[in-house]
Amino acid sequence: MESQLPQERSKLRTKDLPQVLVMKPPPLLTLFEDKFISTKFQLLKAWESTLPLDQFLTTYAGSVRAVLCSGASPVTPHIIRLLPSVQFVVTASAGINHIDLNECRRLGIAVANAAAVFSDDAADAAVGLLIDVLRKISVADRFVRRGLWPAMGDYPFGSKVIISLFVCFTQESWDCRTWKHRSAVAKRLEAFGCTVLYNSRKPKPWVPYPFYSNVHELACGSDVLVVCCGLTAETRHMINREVMVALGKQGIIVNVARGAIIDEKEMVVCLVHGEIGGAALDVFENEPDVPKQLLQLDNVVLTPHRAVFTPEGFMAACDLVVANLEAFFEDKPLLSPLIDE
Amino acid sequence: MESIGVLMACPMNPYLEQELDKRFTLHRFWKVPEKSTFLSTHSNSIRAVVGNAFAGADAQLIEALPKLEIVASFSVGLDKIDLAKCKEKGIRVTNTPDVLTEDVADLAIGLILAVLRNLCECDRYVRSGKWKKGSYMLTTKFTGKRVGIIGLGRIGMAIAKRAEAFSCPISYHSRTEKPETKYKYYPSVVELAANCDILVIACSLTEETRHIVNRKVIDALGAEGVLINIGRGPHVDEPELVSALVERRIGGAGLDVFEHEPEVPEELFGLDNVVLLPHVGSGTVETRKDMADLVLGNLEAHFLKKPLLTPVI
Repeated sequence: MESQLPQERSKLRTKDLPQVLVMKPPPLLTLFEDKFISTKFQLLKAWESTLPLDQFLTTYAGSVRAVLCSGASPVTPHIIRLLPSVQFVVTASAGINHIDLNECRRLGIAVANAAAVFSDDAADAAVGLLIDVLRKISVADRFVRRGLWPAMGDYPFGSKVIISLFVCFTQESWDCRTWKHRSAVAKRLEAFGCTVLYNSRKPKPWVPYPFYSNVHELACGSDVLVVCCGLTAETRHMINREVMVALGKQGIIVNVARGAIIDEKEMVVCLVHGEIGGAALDVFENEPDVPKQLLQLDNVVLTPHRAVFTPEGFMAACDLVVANLEAFFEDKPLLSPLIDE
Repeated sequence: MESIGVLMACPMNPYLEQELDKRFTLHRFWKVPEKSTFLSTHSNSIRAVVGNAFAGADAQLIEALPKLEIVASFSVGLDKIDLAKCKEKGIRVTNTPDVLTEDVADLAIGLILAVLRNLCECDRYVRSGKWKKGSYMLTTKFTGKRVGIIGLGRIGMAIAKRAEAFSCPISYHSRTEKPETKYKYYPSVVELAANCDILVIACSLTEETRHIVNRKVIDALGAEGVLINIGRGPHVDEPELVSALVERRIGGAGLDVFEHEPEVPEELFGLDNVVLLPHVGSGTVETRKDMADLVLGNLEAHFLKKPLLTPVI
């Protein structure tokens, strides 16, 4: 049994269940594989084969209609070309920048993501990071653990959280459901007395906060920039040197979205030279590499892309991904499709 | 007012010290080598004491200062002041409520998130280079967790308001029930602990509330529960808490205060389920200035025979 190819073993178990291609396992699958056992589909696990990916796809994925992808296994035009039957791509993440949406749109391939179930955790992480960097929680914790409190007395103060806040929300063309993700951050920060402002490609009439059409102007009028938009060609390096200088010497950036939305090299320079006040970052341009200058700074908080890593969030995401796949194979409406706006 | 003697109990704020120096004859108690000699020499000129969370005016000090008229605390907590003695002798007491409420509440939420979402540990993980080796460590969700607050005063209410924005059901214990709030009341701290996921200490320290979080409460909170202390160290039976944390009988703790500050039990230093802060609840530049101005304002009002700004007694 053990020496047979993966898809032969699974065929023996599950007869003719339609296959869902998984090129590399997303964290969700690694941690909660049991949740992906379904009576409506079976997984075609490309990573278990010794064949190079292209060859595997050509040999075994010709009739595959659905793909479960993630940041580690992007769906590029090249991959799409090797999957002539694909009609549905679902990602086990909130972000969708690893899927070529233009190509999917062009070919009528439906796309779904798991943003909705991650909004609370992402918002909690954003707020936690913000308070940490403003009130110097991680730095003070290190100070105490090193036994410095008795010798050094009072710890240097942090800054108040109640300040004018700028929430960056640029909408990419496919996804209006991430509004829930952003409003989760704003809702929490309002309880702290923060004033919320936002930027987006277009103003959203249902959003109760002042709209700024220009990121730079918004940065001028704000103390904190919380980045929680998607990464697209337009938003890549949207937070550039000009925006950071406008944010100013007391300004703080919080990023729980994608590293590449910020010009990371410039941000490091601004932080090192005190041109912005500090940063709390869950994501970076070349994870898991983090610019080493940041590792020496006390005005930054760094977390390893874990904003949505809670058991509850992950299990809900598993359920959502599986529900989307089952709906697809039953010709029912998808639960969390990306909608073109 | 330059001739009025003011005794500052310990170093607390350079701006406050500077301003007191300008307006009064300031005596820095911590710089005095022989305290009892100093007190007998200056007992007739000291008319005010400025204290804080670390040092205030106990019965002994009050007895040694027969001309003492006012104790102005650079804190909202009054546990370092012998209030009964002050009342007996007609000594006025002021503190710094309201101006620090938001900062302390913000820090309480910050501590909850830091503990549950392992923020400090994650930060250490990245700085040490461990991320390159990979891991899918999951942290604990905060949204929707049950938050139990001991003491629903200004700070407790501000914490509740913030936690509600995270969809947390709120419950509390306090000396009296507050039916005007919509939160669930528990008549005992043990019951409160048994019915919440995160227990926050936000009451004042008095004889009754000393060790209000004891072994029974810690056991009731349980292995998944988290304790947050932004009140006073003596609210918690610290050795019990330390052994519960080390033995993982409690899920974690976020502590801004300790029984014998600035000493912190060293057993806590190696734990990944705690966040330890050096009493920074009100420690922002903006708030400390507001607190200092309130102390100065109260002293000025007293000596100009005007109504005190924030009297306690």
